[in-house]
Amino acid sequence: MSQAFKSLHWRRDIPLKEYLVPETLSQAIQMLDEYKGRARIIAGGTDVIVELRSRHYEVDALVDISRIPGMGDIELQGNAVILGGLVTHAQTAASSLIQEKAGLLAAGCAAMGSPQIRSIATVAGNLVSGQPAADASIPLLALDAQVTVVSAGGERVVPLGEFFLDVGKTAVDPTREILTRIEFKPLGPDQGECFLRLSKRRALSLPMLVCAVVVTVDKAKQIITEAAIALGPVAPTPFRSKRIEDAIKGMPATLQTLQEAADRASTYCSPRDSLLRGSCDYRQEMVKALVKRGLRRALEQAGCTL
Amino acid sequence: MSSIELSFKLNGKTVEVAVEPGTLLVDLLREDLGLTGTKVGCREGECGACTVLVDGAAYNSCLMPALKVQGREVATIEGLQKADGSLDPMQEAFVDAGAAQCGFCTPGMIMSAKALLDGNANPDEDEIRKALSGVLCRCTGYRKIVQAVKKVASSKQS
Repeated sequence: MSQAFKSLHWRRDIPLKEYLVPETLSQAIQMLDEYKGRARIIAGGTDVIVELRSRHYEVDALVDISRIPGMGDIELQGNAVILGGLVTHAQTAASSLIQEKAGLLAAGCAAMGSPQIRSIATVAGNLVSGQPAADASIPLLALDAQVTVVSAGGERVVPLGEFFLDVGKTAVDPTREILTRIEFKPLGPDQGECFLRLSKRRALSLPMLVCAVVVTVDKAKQIITEAAIALGPVAPTPFRSKRIEDAIKGMPATLQTLQEAADRASTYCSPRDSLLRGSCDYRQEMVKALVKRGLRRALEQAGCTL
Repeated sequence: MSSIELSFKLNGKTVEVAVEPGTLLVDLLREDLGLTGTKVGCREGECGACTVLVDGAAYNSCLMPALKVQGREVATIEGLQKADGSLDPMQEAFVDAGAAQCGFCTPGMIMSAKALLDGNANPDEDEIRKALSGVLCRCTGYRKIVQAVKKVASSKQS
């Protein structure tokens, strides 16, 4: 093909000096280390490629970790569900273990993007991208998940409560570190969950709001003993508020409790006016609706009668 | 910038080509290999016009670095045509149903439908719509596209 055609035609290579494909985790870490912040991890690439093209950031090299063995499985180990760092959204949504033990995560993963994106985009990448309404991140936050992060300095475990720092910014630096594993406790018989997503279309649409709920109940007494409510995008990071959750702990599982929790959630949330997602006023009203509906469904699933 | 040797199977034939580190699969296919059946719409994974199959599953080739297909099998719309020039049943069904107007989304639709039927020979309408949900069509309203896929699915059954 002639050079003239190439320069005329709409071709947009991303500016990149090297594309590295390590075979082991330690090789990958070493490659990152050698580039001193000028290389970045790529797994599925569905965020990284878009961000590189829009010059959101620039790097000299991408380190493609997708061929490293041992990070692509979903397992139940003792009392922990483990997702390897390369597990995709499609894999998670289709997993019977996740559907059974963490239905909200299966639902969140099934709602993200499109079939093409879900087949390659990793759940770990959804976390590391740090978007405030990320479909897998919101349920994982409600599940009190924790992640393992590996770097040249060693390994550390970070609870998701301390993971999200700002829009697009998390505790993981993808130019130096790799998120290798996500883990959380499987839901038990005294627990219920719900994932709700408000969007303009059913596919390929940014959510106007995402809400994920996990409740623990004392069935005999019909009392809520624990509640986790995660919401997005209502703040710069995936949002959870102890003040909302503490207020319903120990309360009877009644519609009045739910209404109070919903009103309180709406007070603490500050969604922005957005042409894509809707106005702040509208979405504050919708926070009430989703929190109430989410809690109700989760409580009913846990065996409460409302 | 140093180019890297890439070897993969494209529509059944082994291809060996030198690519630059930042080349995306869609550009390799269209501009280096001349297979312009795969379209470029948004370059952001929003429109699905660039959908191709890699090891049988549908992906957005605009978001995939070409080097990700090292040693793997890629299928594009061009590969559906048989050696004698006749069309694939899915292509025939799209023609018969009038499932294309401007045609820009058609390769993405057909490749997505192929990926679905390879894994699920008897999908219901909901499964078909879900499988096609990653490709945007701005002309036909989707009805005839779904009809075409249904027709192929039911003829596979009988």
